[in-house]
Amino acid sequence: MHLAYPAVLSALLFCTGLYGVLARRNAILVLMSVELMLNAVNLNLVAFDVWLSRAAEETLHSGQALTLFTIAIAAAEIGIGLAIVLAVHRNRGTADIDKLRDTAEGHDPDTSDDDARTAPQAAESGRTGKAEATA
Amino acid sequence: MTTLAVLVPLLPFLGAVAGLLLGRTAPGFVRPLAVLPPLVALALAAVVAVRQGGDQTVNAATELTPTGSVPIELALYIDGFAALVAVLVAFVATCVQIYSTGYLRDDPRYPSYAALVSLFTSAMLLVVYSGDLIVLLVGWEIMGICSYFLVGHYWETPEARAASLKAFLVTKLGDVPFLIGLFALATDAGSFRITKVLDAVAHGGLDHPTLIALLLLAGVAGKSAQFPLHTWLPDAMAGPTPVSALIHAATMVAAGVYFIARLLPVFEASQAAMVVLAVMAAVTMIGSGLAALAQDDIKRVLAYSTIGQLGYMTGALAVGDRGAAVFHLLSHGAFKALLFLAAGVVIHAAGTNSLAAMSRMKDLSARVPDAYWTMTEALLALAAIPPFSGFFSKESVLGAAEHVATGHTAHAPGAAGWITLVAGLLAALLTAAYATRLWLLAFRGRGAEAPDHGRQPLTMTLVLWVLAAPSLALGAFTYRVLPDWFDGRDLTPTLTTSVVGTGVALIGGIVTYAAWRHTIAVTARVPLGAVAAHPEGDAGLVEAEAIATHEPAYGDLAYAPDPADPGRLLLGPLHRHAAVGFHLDALYTALFVRPVQAGATLVRFLDREVVETYVRGAGTLPRWLGTAVRRAQTGNLQTYVSALLAGTVVLAVAVVLVATGA
Repeated sequence: MHLAYPAVLSALLFCTGLYGVLARRNAILVLMSVELMLNAVNLNLVAFDVWLSRAAEETLHSGQALTLFTIAIAAAEIGIGLAIVLAVHRNRGTADIDKLRDTAEGHDPDTSDDDARTAPQAAESGRTGKAEATA
Repeated sequence: MTTLAVLVPLLPFLGAVAGLLLGRTAPGFVRPLAVLPPLVALALAAVVAVRQGGDQTVNAATELTPTGSVPIELALYIDGFAALVAVLVAFVATCVQIYSTGYLRDDPRYPSYAALVSLFTSAMLLVVYSGDLIVLLVGWEIMGICSYFLVGHYWETPEARAASLKAFLVTKLGDVPFLIGLFALATDAGSFRITKVLDAVAHGGLDHPTLIALLLLAGVAGKSAQFPLHTWLPDAMAGPTPVSALIHAATMVAAGVYFIARLLPVFEASQAAMVVLAVMAAVTMIGSGLAALAQDDIKRVLAYSTIGQLGYMTGALAVGDRGAAVFHLLSHGAFKALLFLAAGVVIHAAGTNSLAAMSRMKDLSARVPDAYWTMTEALLALAAIPPFSGFFSKESVLGAAEHVATGHTAHAPGAAGWITLVAGLLAALLTAAYATRLWLLAFRGRGAEAPDHGRQPLTMTLVLWVLAAPSLALGAFTYRVLPDWFDGRDLTPTLTTSVVGTGVALIGGIVTYAAWRHTIAVTARVPLGAVAAHPEGDAGLVEAEAIATHEPAYGDLAYAPDPADPGRLLLGPLHRHAAVGFHLDALYTALFVRPVQAGATLVRFLDREVVETYVRGAGTLPRWLGTAVRRAQTGNLQTYVSALLAGTVVLAVAVVLVATGA
């Protein structure tokens, strides 16, 4: 198989992921797009490893080893990411990235409209979230 | 002999160190540690003086370490003058320490006070015995700093704070030229040793005698409170009375006179310096006499009197007779210390330091008989009435001046003799006048009964009688013993000056008495008085309160609006000016204090408005940049990632372009 096919595929995957990261508003979808980008890189690693090891007399397949590594780390990362999103959703009642602007310059955490408006809602969703988690 | 002499300044120093270290931990040792070292030092100084006997000069030196071009040595140089002055210093210091145990018996800061007095005593003895000018300077400056601390003993009162700063700054104003003068002298003579300097002078080795003498004179004027640097001494009376007695009457202010007496040949090498000295002495004597006549605070009268008597000593030096100068130093040290200590008792008994208030108290003399009798005697000595010691010493000064004025000597200019003689006689008149006024106002008051504060502590009254002995009897040594210790020159009073001097003194006294009789009727009609709020406190507290209440009560520190004051009648329109020391303080304020303060304001302006503008300007640009960058912080994650992407693309394109060489 020619190297161009996996390379083009991974480029497409990467661009799709990039578009998702930049354009999606739901944090879960953003995380999924990040996964797409990671996997595009994985695909590249494997393809180039195969292509390079074909010419070499001896090889350690370090590209493939690195891919396994990346998959393991990506699993851990997505676990933490999803946990954060879950916690944010419980507190704020939303996972919309456009509404999570606490780090903006000039943002006053005390008079935050998000906080004020969503506090009871968040508490409620927190309870339901906990209930779901325990159930 | 050398060991004994070294122990004399060393003992009070050790006492001071021990007193400072043990003051808090072992309060029981403080009083013995204060009194015993000066007492032992007095005994040793007396032994040294007797053994020295005026014949062989003790002259020993040791060099601790080489110090470059002109060596500095730990040297002793004890001639008859040094031996006798040391005895006086140790004697007055012992008396003052004993007196202070009673005077400041309730004072919480007594340990540090006693240690500082001991340190001062040690420094003064060092100045007296030192044979090396730099070692002398060390003692000289330690005395200055001790004076600063002790004047500011009651630092709770603004008067004491201002007075201590003023005393320090004014004396330092003289000490800077003094230091330069010492360096110039050592450069010309090739040594700091007094013996070598005197040798060099004797062989005409000084290149700039007038310059050196005038520079040294500035330091002497500051320390000995001579015109124009005398203004600190009257204000220094804000310190406790024993301090005034020891430092500002008997010893430290005499150090300047003593210094000239030691190095008199250096001054005699310049005729101009001798005339300047004589003019300084004359202005000081007459001005201080007039000012003393107008003061209301009893201690300020004595302070101006001290300035005047120091003027006599500088006058004697101006006519080249150091025997007469040091003789007057000795007798003045004794009777002026007595006057101050007695004044401390009187202030305690009366509850006020104001003569106007005392003149409205009946029977103050009966309340403090010891102070009354000893003070009377000391005032007679001050007014130079025979047979008290002041008469003999003052006549020896006047006799020396007359000797020079009539042209019998070559070592001093005749002009200096005439100036000293005329000013001395005028000052004798004024001295008798203010002494009489002080005595009449303090002890011959009319009006309400004086407050009863019980008996004064024995330590305070006993010391007065101890000090009364030399005031009475020192004159008797004029004929036999004293000339041995001094240069051997005759100190006995001559007939002409004795008659004229005593005559003008009597005239001054009688005129003042007449003026007092004239104004006595007014006294009862004008009530005045500022009496301390806590008469049951110890004497130091009463005095501090008296000084602090004088200005609120009368509107001025030195002045009281008392129409019954005989001084007001005698001085006429001069009284207003004399009361404020002839406006010298105001003049110095206008000439020096205001320009310095204006300079400080200018520097402050330059610092705040000019230098800080640059600093602030340097900070402003980064702050603007920071504000602009902060705008980019929208809080939207996707914006950040977009920027990251854009940056990456730009970099990648740039790398590709560079790599392809386009």
